[in-house]
Amino acid sequence: MGKSFLSQNPSVLWFLIGLSVFTLVVTLLSEVTGIAFISTSFVKTLGKTLCLCLIAVAMDVVWGYCGILSLGHFAFFGIGGYAIGMWLMYARTEIIVLESLAGQVLPPTPQEVSDAIGTQIFGVVGSSEFPLIWAFADSLALQLLMVVLVPGALALVFGWLAFRSRVTGVYLSILTQAMTLALALYLFQNDSGLRGNNGLSGLQNIPGFEDTSQATISIIFFWASALALGLGYVFFAWVVSGKMGSVIKGIRDNEARVRFLGYHVESYKLFIFTITAVVSGIAGALYYPQAGIINPGEIAPIASIYLAVWVAIGGRGRLYGAVIGAAFVSLLSSWFTGGGAPDVPLGFYTIKWTDWWLVLLGLSFVAVTLFFPKGIGGLFDKLVRKPS
Amino acid sequence: MLRKLLMALALCCAMPALATAQTLQSILQTHSEEVAKPGRRTVGVLLDDLVASELPQAVPFLEAWRDREIVLREDDGLFFRQRDGDLFDLDTGEVVGASDGVALAEARPNGGVRRAIGDVLVQFQLSDPDITKRQAAVDAIARSMDASQLAPLAASVAGEPDPTLRATKERLIGLLQASFAPTADARIQAIADLGSDLSVDTRAVLSKILATEPGVAVTLPEGANIAAILTPGVDLGTDEAYAQLVKASLAPPVTSAADVRRALEANIVDGTVGGLPVATMDTQEARAAAYQVLAEAGTVPPLVTPDDQAAALNAHVFYLSYSEPDVAITDAARASLDAIETKVALSQAADLGLDALSLASIYFLAAIGLAITFGVMGVINMAHGEFIMMGAYTGYVVQLFVPDYTVSIIIALPLAFAVTFGAGVAMERLVIRHLYHRPLETLLATFGISIALQQLAKNIFGTQARPLTSPSWLDGALVFNDVIAISYIRIAIFVLALIFLALIVYVLRRTRLGLEVRAVTQNPGMASSMGINPDRINMMTFGLGSGIAGIAGVAIGLFAQVTSEMGQAYIVQSFMTVVVGGVGSVFGTLAGAGLIGGLQKGIEWLNPSNTLAAQTYMILFIILFIQFRPKGIVALKGRSSAD
Repeated sequence: MGKSFLSQNPSVLWFLIGLSVFTLVVTLLSEVTGIAFISTSFVKTLGKTLCLCLIAVAMDVVWGYCGILSLGHFAFFGIGGYAIGMWLMYARTEIIVLESLAGQVLPPTPQEVSDAIGTQIFGVVGSSEFPLIWAFADSLALQLLMVVLVPGALALVFGWLAFRSRVTGVYLSILTQAMTLALALYLFQNDSGLRGNNGLSGLQNIPGFEDTSQATISIIFFWASALALGLGYVFFAWVVSGKMGSVIKGIRDNEARVRFLGYHVESYKLFIFTITAVVSGIAGALYYPQAGIINPGEIAPIASIYLAVWVAIGGRGRLYGAVIGAAFVSLLSSWFTGGGAPDVPLGFYTIKWTDWWLVLLGLSFVAVTLFFPKGIGGLFDKLVRKPS
Repeated sequence: MLRKLLMALALCCAMPALATAQTLQSILQTHSEEVAKPGRRTVGVLLDDLVASELPQAVPFLEAWRDREIVLREDDGLFFRQRDGDLFDLDTGEVVGASDGVALAEARPNGGVRRAIGDVLVQFQLSDPDITKRQAAVDAIARSMDASQLAPLAASVAGEPDPTLRATKERLIGLLQASFAPTADARIQAIADLGSDLSVDTRAVLSKILATEPGVAVTLPEGANIAAILTPGVDLGTDEAYAQLVKASLAPPVTSAADVRRALEANIVDGTVGGLPVATMDTQEARAAAYQVLAEAGTVPPLVTPDDQAAALNAHVFYLSYSEPDVAITDAARASLDAIETKVALSQAADLGLDALSLASIYFLAAIGLAITFGVMGVINMAHGEFIMMGAYTGYVVQLFVPDYTVSIIIALPLAFAVTFGAGVAMERLVIRHLYHRPLETLLATFGISIALQQLAKNIFGTQARPLTSPSWLDGALVFNDVIAISYIRIAIFVLALIFLALIVYVLRRTRLGLEVRAVTQNPGMASSMGINPDRINMMTFGLGSGIAGIAGVAIGLFAQVTSEMGQAYIVQSFMTVVVGGVGSVFGTLAGAGLIGGLQKGIEWLNPSNTLAAQTYMILFIILFIQFRPKGIVALKGRSSAD
C-alpha cells in the first residue's frame, strides 16, 4: 500500500528527500556543529517558516482541494500557540517561584505556590487569580492534548453550524473571518484570562532545559518542525489521494453534483475543516516556542488572509505549492521589511522597501491571481510535462 | 445679620438719593474701630452700612480687606489700600504715595470676619450690573453649596433682570432649600419640588441627603434613621461583614494564612513548631494543627474558625443608616429620587435609541455600496474599506486648499464620490472583470488591492491621524433634556443616510439604469439576451457602490480620525451588515444596519466598561443568526437565490 501510494505520488518522495537534505544542511551549518554559518536566530526563523509551511499545507487542503476559503485558520494556529504557551509560562514561573520560596522558614504549601505563580503571571493585568482555562496548565501532557482538542473542537462546532446551514462561498469566508476577529477581540481583553494584549511571553525558555543553550534548543525545534511538516505533508497527501480525495475535489468543483451522487457533503467538509484546524494548532504549538511571544495581534484577521495569499502565490491544489508559497513569501517579506533589500533611488524619490513592500506584495498578488492562477507551483507543471 | 442686610437693601432701594452723598472713607471713619480691629460680632454694623451706601467702590474695598491689603495710616487715621509698595486712595483708586517710611497698621480680619465679608461680596456680585459677574457668582454657589448662601441668593432673585439667570437662581434656591432650609417642612416641600428635575446636580443633592453609613450593632440603635437592614451573605459578603465587625471591635480579627505562617515562624523551637517538625508544614492542614497546639498553649491568639465567624455574624445586625436623622426628609428624598430615576431611565432608553440610530446610519452608509456590488455582481470587494478611506482623505485634501469648512464639505462630498467612483470603475475594468466566474479569487485580488492602497496612503499621508474638521454649525448637540442629547454631526449623518436611501431606492426602482441593474441581478444571461449590456451595468454598479463608500468616508471622517487604517475598522462591520441584511436588497441592508447598530449599542449599555467584549458578543450573535437565516433578513426569492 505504502509503496503504491508513493509511486502514485512521486512529489511526496521528492518533497521528503528535499526536506531531509534541507534539515541536514541547516543542522550542519548551524552553531551546534561549530561551523556557525547560520546564526541561531536564523535557525529559528527557518524553523518558524517550516511551521508556517505546515499551516499553509493545511490551508491548501481546505481551500485548494476542498474549495472552502477559510479566513480563520490562523485562529487555530494561535490557539495551539496559546495552549502550549500556558504550560511553558506556568512551568517556568513555577520554577522561579519555588526558588524564591525556598528561602522561607516553613516549606511552602501548594496554595502559597499557586498564589505566587498567579501573582507573577497575572500581575500585569491586575489580577492574581487563576482563571478556569488554566486548570490544566501544570500538566504538559494535558496541555499538549489541548493543542489538538481545542482547535479541533472549535472547528467542529463552528464547521457543523456553518456547513449544516449550507453557508458556502464568500459567506463562509466572511464568517470564518468574523470568527477570528471575535477570538482576537476577546483575547485583547484583560479579563480574558490570557493576559490581554500582553499575551504570553518568555516562551523560548523551555522548563527543564535551563542549562541547554538556545542554539541547541533552536535546532531541536527546527527538527521537530521539519518532522511535523514531513508527517503532515504525507498525511495530507494520503488524505487527498484515493477515493476520499476524489470526493473532496468533487465538492470543490461542484458541490451540488457530489451531493446528488449520494455523498454526505457536509461530513466530508467538516472532516477536512476539523483535521486541518488540528494540524494548524500543532503548527502553532511548534511556532510560538520559537517566536518566544504570542499575543492576540497574531490572530487578527489579516494573518489568515496572508495565509491565503501564500497558498495562492505558491499554487493551490498542490501541496508543494503551499510549502513554496509560504516559505517564499514569508522569507521575502522578512527580507524586505527587515531592511535587507537595498533602496532604489529614482533621483526625485527613493523607494524604501520597508514602505513599499506591502504595495508591491498587494499588486503582485493581484497579478498572480489574474495571470498565474496556478501560482509558482504551476511552473513545475511545465517542467514535468515538457519531456513527455 | 442677614435680616438686617435685607432691610438695609430694601431701605436703599427706597431711598437711593440719601446714600450718594457719602464717601467710602467717611463710612470707614465712622466705624474706624471695627475696620482696624474687626471682630466677628462687631463687623456686621459696618457691613450693613457699606451695603446701604451702594457705593461702587465698596466691592473692591471688601475684596482688598478680605485679601488683607487694607492698612491704617497712623498719622491721620485714614484707611488705604496697600499694594506693591504703594498706597491707594479707597474712593478714587489713585496712588497717594509710597508705603515706605509711613507708619502703617494692618487691618487684619480673622477667619470669621472674612467669611462675613465673603457673604456680603456674594450679595453684591449677585446683584452686580454686569451679567457675567452675576453668572460667575451663581456658578460659584452651585459649585460649593452652603447654608449661608441661601438668604443672599433669595434676596437677589427679585431684582434679577435676565430671565435665564433668574430661572437658574430659582433652581439653585430649590436645591439649597432641599438641603439647608431651616424647617423640616420647608425642606420636604423643596425636595418634593425637585422630583421633576433630571439634572445631575439635583440627583447629587438628593443622593447627598440620602447618604448612608454602614453600621453594625447587637440590636438596632434607637432613634437612628435606618435605610436598610443587611443580611450577611445576601446583601453584603460575609467576609466584608466580618471585617466590619472587626473594625467595630465586636469580634476578634480573622487569622489569615499569612498570619498563621508568621506565627508559626516566630515559634520554631529546635526545628519543631508546636511539637511538629517544620519540614511537615507544607500543607494548610498541618499548619492549622500546629497553630492549634500553639493556641492551646496560649502563645498565640486562638484561631477564629468559620463557625465562630458565622456565630458572630448571626449575633449582630448589619444596617445602613442615613446621615440625615429626619425620617420624613429621607422618605421625601427617596420618593423624589425614585421619580427622577424612572424618568432618567426612560430618557436613557430614548438616548440609547438615538445613539443606535446614528450608529445604524453610519453602518448603512458604509455598507450600502458593498451591498449593491455584492448583490448585483456576487463580488466581495475587500477594498471597500479603502474606498471609505480614500473618501475621507479626499475631504482632508480639499480642506487643505479650501479653508472655509462649510464650502470645503460641499466640495468634498461630490469630489469624494467622483474620486472613488473613478477608482471603482478602474478596478472593475482592470481586475474584477477578468474574475467574474471565480468569486473567491475576486475576494483575494481585491484584498491585494486593499493592502496596496492602505500602504500607499500610509506612504503619502504618514501614519498619524489627519483631522477632517466639520463646519462650526455642526458643532454642539441638540439637547432635549439633561440626559437626551445628540450631536449635530450625527444628525447630519442620519440625514445623509436618509438621502442616500431615498436616492438609491429611486435609482433602482424608477430609472432605466435601475431596471437594468435589477434585471442583471436576477438573471444576467436573460438580461443580456434582452439587449442589456451586463458589462456596462456591472461597471456602473461598481462605480456607484464605490462612490457611496467615498461619501461615507467623508461622513465618517467628520467624527472619527482619518487614518490609513480607518477602512479596516468598518469593513468587517459592513460585511456583517450586508450578510445579516440579505444580499442585494437595499432594505435588507437597512434592516441589517439597524439590527447591528442597535445590538452593538444594547450590548455596550449592558456592559459599558468593555467595548471589546461587546464586539465579540455581537460577532457571536451574527454567527448564530446566520444559522437561522443563512440568506439574511431579506432574502431574495426565486431563481436568483439559487446558487
